[in-house]
Amino acid sequence: MSEIKKFMYLNRRAPYGTIYAWESLEVVLIGAAFDQEVSLMFVDDGVYQLTKGQDTAGIEMKNFSATYRTLGDYGVRHMYVDKASLEARGLTQDDLVQVAWEDWETEEEVENIVEVVEADKGAELLSESDVVFSF
Amino acid sequence: MSDLYTVNKSPFETNSLASCLKFATAGAAILLLEDGVYAALKGTAVEESVKAAMADKKVYALGHDIKARGFDESRVIDGVELVDYAGFVDLAEANDKVQAWL
Repeated sequence: MSEIKKFMYLNRRAPYGTIYAWESLEVVLIGAAFDQEVSLMFVDDGVYQLTKGQDTAGIEMKNFSATYRTLGDYGVRHMYVDKASLEARGLTQDDLVQVAWEDWETEEEVENIVEVVEADKGAELLSESDVVFSF
Repeated sequence: MSDLYTVNKSPFETNSLASCLKFATAGAAILLLEDGVYAALKGTAVEESVKAAMADKKVYALGHDIKARGFDESRVIDGVELVDYAGFVDLAEANDKVQAWL
């Protein structure tokens, strides 16, 4: 691959009610093979994808929430969460999963790549992305 | 004589809940399910409209859908009654008809 591009996956749907969240996760995992700079952003109902303690036994659907915690191992470097979207839903960062990241070569470690950001930061991040995938 | 209304969409994504509350008559039962259960949670931007509806209507939510989404009873608005699938059937049976707000 000649040039590293900035990929942004923009997630705006709640999990389980529609297939969007699951499909986005699938594409992120597939895209991990391409060695790009990958970030995820969670806006609107997309913030619900990251809630801790999801237990889908009662609705007989696959619980894919544990996969988010592994994204650091798939080359995802940043996961941004829109602050206003959290607040409108009565949520705080404490309600969200933590995702660790480690660079295997430099051994640089980040305990949690999930970061709550203001809208102006979100705008900047989208603007500077080379490709934005919307889900 | 009363009706059961179901809402299965997030109140932040569609106006299904808002329209349901607008047209629901006094004494109605409103069941939140699937993404509709987000309206049953405390501290959200729609909490006040749900509480206002509870003045003359009964609001239920499917417990399994709340649990699937990472929340438990402590996060649910006081007065919203959690039911299971059998409870859903009971509600359908107890009311004159079931109307879905999709």
